[in-house]
Amino acid sequence: MEKEGCSCNRSFVPPEDLSPLEDIVERYRGERGALISVFHEIQQTYGYLDEGIMGELAKKLGYQLSHLYGLATFYTQFRLKPIGKHLIRICHGTACHVRNVREVTEEAKRFLNIVPGETTEDMYFTLETVNCLGTCAIAPVLVVDGVYHGHMTPSKMKKLLEKMVKEGGREASGQD
Amino acid sequence: MARIETPADLEQYRLQLREKFGKYQYAVSVCGGTGCRAYDCINVFETLREIIDKKDMSHTVNLRLTGCQGFCEMGPLMFIHKNGIFYVRISPEAVERIVESSILGDEVVEELLYKSPADGRRIVHQQEIPFYNKQRRFLLAMNRDIDPLNIDDYIAKGGYGSLAWALFESSSEEIIDIIERAGLRGRGGAGFPTGRKWRIARQAPSPDGIKYVICNADEGDPGAYMDRSLLEGNPHQVIEGMTIGAYAIGASEGYVYVRHEYPLAVHHLLEALDQAREKGLLGKNILGSGLDFDIKVSVGGGAFVCGEETGLIASIEGKRGMPRPRPPYPANYGLWGRPTNINNVETWQNVPLILQMGADEYAKIGTEKSKGTKIFSLVGKINNTGLVEVPMGITLREIVYEIGGGIPRGKAFKAVQTGGPSGGCIPAHLLDIPVDFERLQEVGSMMGSGGMIVMDENTCMVDIARYFMEFLTHESCGKCVPCRLGTKRMLEILTKICDGQGTNENLEALESLAADIKASSLCALGGTSPNPVLTTLRYFRDEYEEHIVNKRCPAGICQALITLRIDPDTCTGCGACLKICPVEAISGEKKQPHSIDPEVCIRCKLCISRCPKEAIYTE
Repeated sequence: MEKEGCSCNRSFVPPEDLSPLEDIVERYRGERGALISVFHEIQQTYGYLDEGIMGELAKKLGYQLSHLYGLATFYTQFRLKPIGKHLIRICHGTACHVRNVREVTEEAKRFLNIVPGETTEDMYFTLETVNCLGTCAIAPVLVVDGVYHGHMTPSKMKKLLEKMVKEGGREASGQD
Repeated sequence: MARIETPADLEQYRLQLREKFGKYQYAVSVCGGTGCRAYDCINVFETLREIIDKKDMSHTVNLRLTGCQGFCEMGPLMFIHKNGIFYVRISPEAVERIVESSILGDEVVEELLYKSPADGRRIVHQQEIPFYNKQRRFLLAMNRDIDPLNIDDYIAKGGYGSLAWALFESSSEEIIDIIERAGLRGRGGAGFPTGRKWRIARQAPSPDGIKYVICNADEGDPGAYMDRSLLEGNPHQVIEGMTIGAYAIGASEGYVYVRHEYPLAVHHLLEALDQAREKGLLGKNILGSGLDFDIKVSVGGGAFVCGEETGLIASIEGKRGMPRPRPPYPANYGLWGRPTNINNVETWQNVPLILQMGADEYAKIGTEKSKGTKIFSLVGKINNTGLVEVPMGITLREIVYEIGGGIPRGKAFKAVQTGGPSGGCIPAHLLDIPVDFERLQEVGSMMGSGGMIVMDENTCMVDIARYFMEFLTHESCGKCVPCRLGTKRMLEILTKICDGQGTNENLEALESLAADIKASSLCALGGTSPNPVLTTLRYFRDEYEEHIVNKRCPAGICQALITLRIDPDTCTGCGACLKICPVEAISGEKKQPHSIDPEVCIRCKLCISRCPKEAIYTE
């Protein structure tokens, strides 16, 4: 199945290790307007835009920290907190909306006991909703660790989560 | 051949490729669009390749994993070129049989053919399927026939011929004349004449001679995915279109601004750019013409407002993607302060097509003021979902009922939403209007980038208006007050109505806010943001009134206004609903009809989805 090419489901570099950051900054040095690309690369490497990393970046580039945060928080792609082992992104585009994706999201919220934007305490699942994944023909649709799942229903959502818990050997399972 | 130095080289290379491809006895295309990938088409393709290899037939069968072929509902899809057989919903297990019967032989595997829902008939050829036969696939046709990761496929099909013609047989002025005479209008939403836009950018002075062209691939409208499929399936035609545009305008650098949510499109585009450079079709001294032009890819950060051209430019410059007042327009003062021309993916793809067809032939397609075809993503409550390319001027009814095959489960059609969050909902009595830029605007909606979301009797129009307003409140960049606060106030009112707290004054307040936001917002996001509310108020006012006066949601969607009940005659007492209910609102003995306590129930409807007997209903 197709990976969405995102940063999920791979091991991230701990934010204490600054050497990948050095590489990223060097690669984009002198390129105009590259800050958003730099954020993308940091997120791919570290999993999120860590506070310490942002501070280092501000120092290296000579920006105010507030400028970097102003930019990062404008765009929905950038995360300021680490994500869990598995990332579930549920599409809330119009086609998914009219095909009742809300009920799928309700099931995910119920099962995981978190709301979109949050990560379970054991850092196993992160739940997000997105504007539109652009695969409207198979709505309602969601992406789990880069793999697309179409024509979702609450029961399919539950089965998928149960399978992930079982196969991943998660310690504390969902509410069910 | 490595680098192609002249137009004659290109033609010679094309002939070589055609000879090479002509040696294959068979050609098979498996759809590899993102939709089909969700159905594991990659596994189908790999299985096919293994079988072909095992049979030692790789030199006789030309296998292609293509971009989106449009009929996503039926994926994975396979097309066999020699006999035109078209298979749908293929599993990896079925591949062996297909190879034996239809690739090596000329037999048809009946049960893998498309089955017409109308009469149960199996249809062998793609062109005979109603979903396809009303379409005119000038752009999308190529998606089926080429491997987007192989420039040779595109060249063999005539690719980069328009560019060679433009550079050597025509002048920049003539190119702009042709685009103008063809009547091409921007496919990104507003429908501004492309030729006129180019001319302004061409004539605009640049302080240092530098000008830019940009491809807007920030397809932000929820429910639309044409641009993703064009970039994924045929990236070279975008590159060729942009290079022709750069020549016409006098630009030396280009950018494609693409959504982060489209990783496959980014991957295919980057690969295509490399291949074009390697062949001398991009970069320094293109085809030996002296034209220098190259394209960079800029990946967005996920902000709807970056689809607006000044917001997009700010984002490429590495800033917050906030629009600024126009004029000056980007054609005069754009990226890094230089004259800049921005067109969307589909517009750029039309450019090589127009040069190839000629302006007069192209202008024969469509209506008086809207020329050519338009691609729509036909989605929502519709039988045949997918990408459709139709001539401008076709009626909505033809799209919904003939191509789309009508509404599933015999439900009644309620509305079709076009134009995304800037557009509106068009009701049943307007289904016979021709689809063109003017008519859609007259009825309160707009063409937009091409999302077409069909809604049935179970869609609540007040909820839809609330949905779009919520989207816009999130996506408002916050720069100007009418949009930042106006959308928020409108959302609050709509939420109150959906929650059963609405009053009669609310509708007037919505209309008055809408007028103010339209009149005073800085950019198109704000200026068009009231459209979903205004069109639903215009055509579905009775639904608003039901919510306000009778505290009822006729579609059974708004949670505060519905009650969930279990039909005791249908319920078998299996207990499935009881187990899933998150608030323990359901009770009942095993094998006895259950019931729901409306005081405790939170109307999450999880029980409805779980009931095997469909015994739970809303009222």
